[in-house]
Amino acid sequence: MGNYLLRRLIIAIPSLLGISLILFVLLALAPGDPFGELASNPNIPPEVREVLRAKFGINDPVFVRYFHWLVAMLHGDWGFSFASRVDVDTLILQRIPTTLYVVGTSQLLALAVALPVGVYAAMRPYSIFDQIANTFAFIGFSLPTFFTGLLLILVFSVNLGWLPFVYRADIAATGWHWYWEYIKQAIMPITVLGLFQAASYTRYVRSAVLDVIRLDYVTTARSKGIGERKVIVKHVVRNALIPVVTLVALQMPSVFGGAIITEQIFRIPGIGSLLISAILANDTPVIMAVAFVFSCLVVFFNLLADIIYGWLDPRISFR
Amino acid sequence: MNEQELRNLVGQVKAGRMSRRQFVQRMVAIGLTAPMAGMMLHQSGVAQAATAVPYKPPKAGGGGVLKLLFWQAPTLLNPHFAIGTKDQEASRLFYEPLAGWDRDGNLVPILAEEIPSKDNDGLKEDGLSVVWKLKKGVKWHDGVPFTADDVIFNWEYSNNPQTAAASIGSYKDVKAIEKLDDHTVRMVFAQPTPFWANAFVASYGLIIPKHLFADYAGDKSRDAPANLKPVGTGPYMFVDFRPGDSVAAKRNPGYHQEGRPYFDTVELKGGGDAVSAARAVLQTGEYDYAYNIQVEDEILQKLEAGGQGKASLSVCGNIEHIQLNVTDPSVEVDGERASVKTKHPLFSDPAVREAMNLLIDRDSVQKFIYGRAGVATPNFLNNPEQFRSKNNKYEFSIEKANQVLEAAGWKKGSDGIRAKDGKQLKLVFQTSINSPRQKNQAVIKQACQKAGIDVELKSVVASVFFSSDTANPDTYSHFYCDMQMYQTTMPQADPQFFMNQFTSGEVASKANKWQGRNITRWQSKEYDDVYHQAEKELDPVKRAALFIKLNDLVVADRYILPEINRKLAIGVKNGMVLHESGWDNDLWQIANWYRDV
Repeated sequence: MGNYLLRRLIIAIPSLLGISLILFVLLALAPGDPFGELASNPNIPPEVREVLRAKFGINDPVFVRYFHWLVAMLHGDWGFSFASRVDVDTLILQRIPTTLYVVGTSQLLALAVALPVGVYAAMRPYSIFDQIANTFAFIGFSLPTFFTGLLLILVFSVNLGWLPFVYRADIAATGWHWYWEYIKQAIMPITVLGLFQAASYTRYVRSAVLDVIRLDYVTTARSKGIGERKVIVKHVVRNALIPVVTLVALQMPSVFGGAIITEQIFRIPGIGSLLISAILANDTPVIMAVAFVFSCLVVFFNLLADIIYGWLDPRISFR
Repeated sequence: MNEQELRNLVGQVKAGRMSRRQFVQRMVAIGLTAPMAGMMLHQSGVAQAATAVPYKPPKAGGGGVLKLLFWQAPTLLNPHFAIGTKDQEASRLFYEPLAGWDRDGNLVPILAEEIPSKDNDGLKEDGLSVVWKLKKGVKWHDGVPFTADDVIFNWEYSNNPQTAAASIGSYKDVKAIEKLDDHTVRMVFAQPTPFWANAFVASYGLIIPKHLFADYAGDKSRDAPANLKPVGTGPYMFVDFRPGDSVAAKRNPGYHQEGRPYFDTVELKGGGDAVSAARAVLQTGEYDYAYNIQVEDEILQKLEAGGQGKASLSVCGNIEHIQLNVTDPSVEVDGERASVKTKHPLFSDPAVREAMNLLIDRDSVQKFIYGRAGVATPNFLNNPEQFRSKNNKYEFSIEKANQVLEAAGWKKGSDGIRAKDGKQLKLVFQTSINSPRQKNQAVIKQACQKAGIDVELKSVVASVFFSSDTANPDTYSHFYCDMQMYQTTMPQADPQFFMNQFTSGEVASKANKWQGRNITRWQSKEYDDVYHQAEKELDPVKRAALFIKLNDLVVADRYILPEINRKLAIGVKNGMVLHESGWDNDLWQIANWYRDV
């Protein structure tokens, strides 16, 4: 096990290096630069634009810039944003709580819906309940979040006026009121993201349970006279959840990465909106940092998924 | 309009036969900015009306929360680093300039005791120096008094190229600043400067405190803690800032204007898109103000039907225009396309340019695309009627365009496309991706088709089109095609910077990495001469006449086809009283905003 871990970690290093190199070169080759807005502003003389370019090191060759970036990154210096001249790690840390709250809660909601519905639907395949659950699942993952998001805004904010559609991270209220405001503004984005995710989880859970429920050992358990409830919870679900756990583990990076579209619609100041505004402003250091953190998380959770898999199913060994 | 006519008008204002406002409106109509008109009156000795900004609340505070919505979020709060107006607007909560521009082009003192003039010995005949008297008793939010040293420091700070300040353009022509006493400074210019109200004035003139930034000038400018925690003289004090998301502020109890500000706290939220920002003010009333809502008028009207607020439009110098390439984009000379050594094969014929001008249906574009947010204009010469120059009338007539082309020898071929000497009238027309622009392109293409001109449309993503990337051939400054359309903005109150975009020295070329501002590469000896004359002319009236002449020179040659004078739109919730300017930031009078209940 220890050997296996070490080997996986060593393999991770070249892949992360490769990812960072590709990212950097792609960004350098992409058209546009962070001074576009300055370019059309006659108040800023061309010399100043040149000074800015030189100061931010944009005039150096790509590989020199990559090398500088890599060395600084290894020293723990993530660089600073061209747009706000603030250190990138500060920017990212500022946004992590919001992203964790909104996207994390939506994942919990997704599981809370998908597990019972999926299991129950698999226990009675092709029943009315199963049919309805399936229909909703298909609708759920066919509708893009920007559509459901706008729909909810239209119904609950514009027509009914119940919920705010602008998310605020700095609510001034105190005590219970503060909690209520926080919950109120997050209801719509969490619902949108959670139900979208729940739809696909439900399908996975259902098919996983369906696979297991027909196996001989389940029939044996039943014939021993164990109650149906116990059979399902102890014997069926436990085995059926192995692939689901892996799936959820692989989804975890996105909890940190945020949800770009939903964050944009509801103005949630999360990592996703940081990324998209950095991309629009050609703010290379921020794009690099967010994308790189994201790829680290993907590598890490892949490893974690493999380990959990082995832990849940001891027949899988680490070699 | 020539110098003599201008003088007569100024005389009329002086004698009280014409109001200031009428005068300013006429000047704006002939392409001058309101601030420039204001300066003309000011320096001709017409006393400036004591500009009273209306303000009703009986005392400071008590107004509750003011909620501002910016669909482009502010990313920094140091006004010297401001990249766009979003950053300037947010900085305006905390920082103030010596003076700002109102909508009629008057200078309104903010941190200055009074506006320099010849009467108060602030201005000299030679145009080499200006004396500013500072308001006394002003304190920074941390209690330190505001003095002449702060003013001088801002010039040093911005003028240092190592600081990499975006405001440097306003300060680099100031040669020295002398401290006459704790509340008086003399600005000295290297050469006679007609437009002196640039440094320390309006959006680029916000003043930061010396005692907090002195250690962070030059190379270390990025490390100043106050970059993110502003301490200013403004009506609101810093509470919290999340770059790219939100700003929170509270009332400054020690504010230097009596009885102001009205609101207790300010919540500024950024991000999202323009349409939903407009919705949050106009339809649901969740917010009090929405910044720059560039939304089609049709949508604005639907949202306004929600009854919570109105879109407010103010005049500014932004002109949506079409450029015809003077040079040939298809030929490469010395490794450079569209080199000034070439001539455009089609547009070098004045008849083709004339026809193009006739084929722009400006009225329909205004009516169906821009609505309230734009006014069709033949050039910079508009209303009132009697000032509309005869040679500058605009017209849409496919028939006339056909006649002009026919007369010049462009005959229709079998494919319906006109040709002459083996050259077909086939053009590539580019612009940035933006829904009104694409519709506009289509309108022009259709008209051209009827006149036997084949137009191929090209749209480039805005972030590429407007970038300063030297390697990308699709930027507007490379102009590697026959026609292009975009909006030139006029962030400066004075047209001097604005009009240098047609001087020969500014031609965008490979040599200056396409950073030059003359994009059509139109060159005229006469224009250059008049421009240099205007640069040195100290008499504001003569200077104005020169700028009008410059406008006419450009427009008459038909390489530049102005189309729509666009307006700035903001969303205002019902009952809010804010004093928009058009020549300064929206928040320039944030201290005097209030809610009329």
